[in-house]
Amino acid sequence: MANWSVILNIAKTHLLTKIKQTSTAALGVTFGIGAYITLVCFMTGLNSMLDDLILNQTPHIHVYNEIEPSKKQPISLYDNVEGSFNVVHSIKPKLSQKKIHNALPIIKYLEENPNVRGALPQIKTQIFYIAGSIELGGNLTGINAIDEANLFNMGDYIVEGSAEDLQNTDNGILLGIGIAEKMSLKVGDRVQLSPINGGIFPLKIVGFYQSGIADLDAIQSFTNIKTVQRILGKANNYITDINVKLYDIEQAIPMSKKIEQQFNLTAMDIKTANAQFETGTTIRNLITYAVSITLLIVAGFGIYNILNMLIYEKMNDIAILKATGFSGKDVQLIFMSQAMIIGFVGGILGLLIGYGLASLIDTIPFQTEALPTVETYPINMNPLFFVIGFSFAMLSTFLAGYLPSKKAKKIDPVNIIRGQ
Amino acid sequence: MSVILEAKHIDKYFRKPVLFHVLKDINFQVKKGEFASVMGKSGCGKSTLLYILSTMDTDYDGELFLNNELVTGQDRQYLSYLRNKHIGFVFQFHYLLSEFSVLENVMLPAKKLAEKSLQEIEHDAMERLKTLNIDHLSQKRASRISGGEKQRVAIARALINNPSIIMGDEPTGNLDSQNAENVFNIFERLSNDHGLSLLVVTHDKDFAKKTDRIIQMEDGKIIT
Repeated sequence: MANWSVILNIAKTHLLTKIKQTSTAALGVTFGIGAYITLVCFMTGLNSMLDDLILNQTPHIHVYNEIEPSKKQPISLYDNVEGSFNVVHSIKPKLSQKKIHNALPIIKYLEENPNVRGALPQIKTQIFYIAGSIELGGNLTGINAIDEANLFNMGDYIVEGSAEDLQNTDNGILLGIGIAEKMSLKVGDRVQLSPINGGIFPLKIVGFYQSGIADLDAIQSFTNIKTVQRILGKANNYITDINVKLYDIEQAIPMSKKIEQQFNLTAMDIKTANAQFETGTTIRNLITYAVSITLLIVAGFGIYNILNMLIYEKMNDIAILKATGFSGKDVQLIFMSQAMIIGFVGGILGLLIGYGLASLIDTIPFQTEALPTVETYPINMNPLFFVIGFSFAMLSTFLAGYLPSKKAKKIDPVNIIRGQ
Repeated sequence: MSVILEAKHIDKYFRKPVLFHVLKDINFQVKKGEFASVMGKSGCGKSTLLYILSTMDTDYDGELFLNNELVTGQDRQYLSYLRNKHIGFVFQFHYLLSEFSVLENVMLPAKKLAEKSLQEIEHDAMERLKTLNIDHLSQKRASRISGGEKQRVAIARALINNPSIIMGDEPTGNLDSQNAENVFNIFERLSNDHGLSLLVVTHDKDFAKKTDRIIQMEDGKIIT
């Protein structure tokens, strides 16, 4: 027979007359939750920024022709030595073409798959950047610039110029910023390239590319697929790589297996390619949660202590309530509701403080060479964190209130009244 | 006259620190409108008996009837309800909730019982305070009034749910003679005018003599 208005009224009076203790307990929760929100928003913001740095520009499935030795050496085809122990020395990789056979129909086929957001052709090749008598080795990748910008956020890494400029300029090149610095080049200048099999091609610089990974920026440049085909002297069905982006990243592994089987190509999925990266993310998340939970547990003990003290102080009140007809359960509910009110008020304040701090961090400038698109500290303001934080506040105050209130429930009024 | 409270063959042991037989085969009745006092030396078990009769102490042998209903063996939730509805308490130490106002203290048991609306309860509480001449204190904090006044507030609280019986554990023990007289007069008036049963444990011979009936206890037994 819980009588909530009476119970809450008593709880309220207890809390208000001990406003100092109440606010201390609530502040414990507030700081716990505030720190949790700030920490988790900041850490996951940082995490996803680092993830984006690698994963955004990484295809979910990368299809290419691997240069590798034949799995079946000729000796195994020879029946006479079957069952005996064969040793083959100095195995050479199998001579095969770099290009993907029937690349254009494969792309068309992949794009019809409902899981696939897009399949983009690329041509990767080694070239030399020529500056007077100096030749700098590098990679040139032929791309469909606008599609790349749409699917792989290419635009984020173009520091000058744009993907459209590259698409629209015949013989244009998007030069890695490292090379540009080495060769003192500006947008609009011309740079001379030489493919491995000879010849010199002047290309017009339409922009600079900065991935944030210095080693990559010192060698990598991009141009249109057609330009690369022309430089290499290949036909317009010459494609060396297909990058596939899926709607659901979890589909990457089964899909890559299927492609390998179906087309007899190598298909590398993102999970295999970036296994260590995922481990790092997991561990960072683990640390964030460990710290936050520690903070909340400390706050929980604060509440536990204060309620315990309160119950010792209120022994007489408890005895009198029980003597006048309040049951043990009513008394327990009185103290439980005090704990929950502290948790609720402290939790809400904590969410507000967390939101405030996270918003503040979001405005602090954070500029680094490595991350051209980031201007302030990254914050990931996910509503889920606020829900988790609030539930944890309620849960921890529930647990912290449960034990002392259970004690209050069990107090025998006869002992208290006689003990005077 | 109908019987309000009846004890049959009540035995009680204290188990700690050593086994001790406190109450030995207690049998008695309190009738409607009767003003009874329990007397005896310290340690004879009279308070222990009162707490058993009040249903707060459930660790005893024998049977206890309240309004001819067997109380022994009921669950605690129901016992709380019985205390709330049928028994009013007045203690030696006044035991008000010090953070609440006098009026709220008086209203609390009725709010718990929740049989009346808040307005009715407030009206009833003011009525009780008026009969005890302390209605002017109603908005004061319980910790800010004198001892005699506190005891009267405690009586008002005991009366709020129109109980069948009022139990007192040395209700005048802590009061000077004038206030004690005052409290006795209130009890007597309640007994005579309102037909309320009272059972009061006391050390005060003068107080006891004036009651309808004295139950004398010695060594855990009732002698008269």
